Amino acid sequence: MDNIDRALVNELQDGLPVCRRPFDAISTRLGISVREVTDRIGKLLGDQVLSRFGPMFNAERLGGGLTLCAMQVPEADFERVTGQVNAFPEVAHNYAREHDLNMWFVVATERPERMAEVIGEIGTVTGCRVYDMPKMDEFYIGLKLPV
Amino acid sequence: MNAVLNPRPYRIDAIDRQIIVATQAGLPLVAQPWDAVAEQLGLDPDEVVARVAAMQAHDIIRRIGAVPNHYALGYRANGMSVWNVPDDMVAELGKQVGDLEFVSHCYERPRHLPLWPYNLFAMVHGHNREEVAGRVKVIAGMLRGACRGHDVLYSTRILKKTGLRINGG
Repeated sequence: MDNIDRALVNELQDGLPVCRRPFDAISTRLGISVREVTDRIGKLLGDQVLSRFGPMFNAERLGGGLTLCAMQVPEADFERVTGQVNAFPEVAHNYAREHDLNMWFVVATERPERMAEVIGEIGTVTGCRVYDMPKMDEFYIGLKLPV
Repeated sequence: MNAVLNPRPYRIDAIDRQIIVATQAGLPLVAQPWDAVAEQLGLDPDEVVARVAAMQAHDIIRRIGAVPNHYALGYRANGMSVWNVPDDMVAELGKQVGDLEFVSHCYERPRHLPLWPYNLFAMVHGHNREEVAGRVKVIAGMLRGACRGHDVLYSTRILKKTGLRINGG
């Protein structure tokens, strides 16, 4: 990454305007052509410096269900339970964390009423109690990592 | 529940859904990406831009931008900091914590007593655990007497990471 890439990554974290030519303003600020802006974004994606470029959708506003769940999984059962949890297509992210509650996963469902079913099924299949922690209030979302 | 979770009602229609499905994997890397989306869907580019703008105005789209790969940018440590603060102060304190630039997600979530007394979650990123720990101390200093206890849960492994996806149906 050179300095222009770094400036570009920072700009892209702020977001683009919604218009027919969304790269023009960045192109002017960085002093490079629009073509170079899009080429560099493509390279940053290819190099996996960026994991995604485009609209960031708000899952809840799309009408589905979304929650964070935690489980206390015995170490000996961890791999088995990981496979069982990950097998649910509704499980979007799953992280191992250092705590008694050592498995944390996000469940997203297209229909809100499916959420309780999925949580129930995960509990039944794994034999672990599922601690459901849906967000009650949101104070900020959107990471800004200066580079 | 607050205004964040109860927005002005806006139901996406079939065309909005087509735009979402066409762009959820990413936006075309061309000078006029919405024109490319419009052409693919057989729509007018101005209509696509207007619909995307409306979805952003209603927070169905948070923003048009990039998701950086934390690891590739050198942010190798992330700690889920969790805090036990009085319920009647969580909104005010949450806003203060969420304003910190190293905090990504900041939410109020339910306690599960006795195992889980924490009601405020703030994801903290840093180049290493020492940096994350220092940043957690900044939050602790901010909350001072309002905090009855806290913990930091470091991730040790990503077990699954797929984006949220909706289908075209």
